[in-house]
Amino acid sequence: MGQTIRIHHVTRIEGHARIDIHLDEAGKVRSTQFHVTQVRGFEKFTEGRPYYEMPAITARICGICPVSHLLASAKACDAVMAVQIPEAARLLRELLHCAQFVQSHALSFFYLSAPDLLLGFDSDPAARNVLGLIEKHPEAARDGIALRRFGQQTIERLAGERVHPAWVVPGGVNKAMSVDTRDLILSDLPLAHSIIRRTLRLFKSMLDQFPAESEVFGNMPTLHAGLVDADGRLQIYDGMVRFIDSAGKTAGRITRPREYAKWIGEAAMPDSYLKAPYFKPLGYPEGIYRVGPLARLNVAESCGTSDADRELLEYRQRLGRVVNGSFFYHYARLIEALYAIERMEELLHLPEILDKHVRAEAGVNSLEGVGIIEAPRGVLIHHYRVNEQGAITGANLIVATGHNNLAINHSVQQVAERFVDGMKLQEGALNRVNAVVRAYDPCLSCSTHAFGKPAYRLRLVGAGGEVIEET
Amino acid sequence: MPDRVSIRIDGELIHAKLGQTILEAASATGKFIPSLCHLKGLKPVGACRLCLVEVAGVGRLLPSCTTPVQDGMAVTTRSERLDHYRRMILELIFAERNHICAVCVSNNHCELQALAKRLGVTHVRFPYSYPKAPVDATHRQFVLDQNRCILCTRCVRVCAEVEGAHVWDVGGRGVGSRLVCELNRNWAESRSCTSCGKCVQSCPTGALAAKGYAAEEMVKRAETISRLVEAKGARA
Repeated sequence: MGQTIRIHHVTRIEGHARIDIHLDEAGKVRSTQFHVTQVRGFEKFTEGRPYYEMPAITARICGICPVSHLLASAKACDAVMAVQIPEAARLLRELLHCAQFVQSHALSFFYLSAPDLLLGFDSDPAARNVLGLIEKHPEAARDGIALRRFGQQTIERLAGERVHPAWVVPGGVNKAMSVDTRDLILSDLPLAHSIIRRTLRLFKSMLDQFPAESEVFGNMPTLHAGLVDADGRLQIYDGMVRFIDSAGKTAGRITRPREYAKWIGEAAMPDSYLKAPYFKPLGYPEGIYRVGPLARLNVAESCGTSDADRELLEYRQRLGRVVNGSFFYHYARLIEALYAIERMEELLHLPEILDKHVRAEAGVNSLEGVGIIEAPRGVLIHHYRVNEQGAITGANLIVATGHNNLAINHSVQQVAERFVDGMKLQEGALNRVNAVVRAYDPCLSCSTHAFGKPAYRLRLVGAGGEVIEET
Repeated sequence: MPDRVSIRIDGELIHAKLGQTILEAASATGKFIPSLCHLKGLKPVGACRLCLVEVAGVGRLLPSCTTPVQDGMAVTTRSERLDHYRRMILELIFAERNHICAVCVSNNHCELQALAKRLGVTHVRFPYSYPKAPVDATHRQFVLDQNRCILCTRCVRVCAEVEGAHVWDVGGRGVGSRLVCELNRNWAESRSCTSCGKCVQSCPTGALAAKGYAAEEMVKRAETISRLVEAKGARA
């Protein structure tokens, strides 16, 4: 009987999780488990609600990416109404989502992961947080705060509120954008653009410092999935889901959202509240795939905006056409933030985005609706069934973090095997186990209920259950 | 017998019309007494008990919406005791059903919410009962969400008194009381509903709403009911 190291809770992520590392007699890692420890129940308690309330209700799944849930839900409702929303509404929704990408990616990079990257994985855990970052790297911290503020402020300017706005509605949005709002957002874009360019330069200059992490942070062949348009360009609001294998060959395409279940199966795991979606043609658990920034840049042929495409070219020159190391999620995330900023500029310069007609109205025209969108963390699917009166009879939500569940589990195992030595518990090693989870920027609260205090505790438990060492 | 009486409301001398209720007399002089079940133009029922006032010489509290003024009456509309009871009533209303303001169609346009804010209800001290309440979405234009119903019976009265259809009633007893459509039918099966929407406009919360309105979008205009009644009275 070996020992178990329990990391409870995993810190600097959104939501709550626990990692168990099981050791053999020699103190080597035998197996690891990534547990998501709370349940939410949105799919159940929304039954009976009128479908048009779903965007507001499901947005409450998350305080970090409510906009993504709002949009996925509104798209599913559009499908229930069987309407094509006005062009201005489509552009405004995409604009809102770009702002959401910027703020969420800024949060992930600067607040959650930069302490590891800039202060070091082995640095003093007491200062390895955003406050420590402010002390040691005030410019980077300032940039992070300013970039996130830009994203949040844009959301507020468009939708009225930073968190849980009521602006996105089934059929479109409930208010057109004014010229003043457009000009305000445009005036803030240059600053955001310069911050993200600066951050990319900084990150690239540091890449050589992390050879071991680059090699074992979830470096494995898996499928990748992400939204692209007909020309294979990166899409975050609409498009088709393309699956590629680890060599870049197309493995499948979800062209009609309603057909997602043909490609994606969902396995329940006995020790986690987070389901494990898998690529159906390969079965479970072989059908492991990744979503999110890394996967999206692997799946897309190009970004479609000039600066982001230049960065993407350099990224591929450094790392190859298909990047299979999850450490590079950070790199991909920064390129995507750049894309989102450039795309915002493109959208704001389209004259039709100011059109006053922003909402289509209709009742129930289809008893089923599926909305697929790219949340900052990856593909997000909302699937509703309704009765003829419009009451929800069934809801299925596949959140981005769920898709990555299998990959996160594998990555945790890989990192633990490389860094954790059961004979000597090292904080820096266990921090790397946390950090690989952070690379995926998981939003566990999206699939589970977040409560309790964010404690950080490491325990080395003996074969008889006694605690050998605890920090 | 004179048709005018003199009363004091919060110490202020007021001339009221005989037959007016305390609430009417107070509103006529711009005084605010909280209420939820009262809607100008509909018969008062004294159901919500929020408009309770103190009357000098009377030991118990009286609902101002159903108590007629009497000459020489001295009424107190604000006191620590009244505030205490009114807050408690609101807390009990919140605890009784599932009022989730954030995702409600009437968020920011709700009389219950506005009153709770105004009276400083920041917390509910009583355990929520979380009843499993149904949503009737069968009507083509409107939806009834029992989770948000406070049983003020404004809809019952407006339908019976103004529209003359009497679709709504209250069925069941005590805490199990529910708004019922005719003899407990689905709304779509109603034979008397004219789909006029007066019940929706008079509802103080998001319990009755027009279909297709997302969170925060349902803005009611209960005052149109009062104006309608006034106009009808003037014609008659």
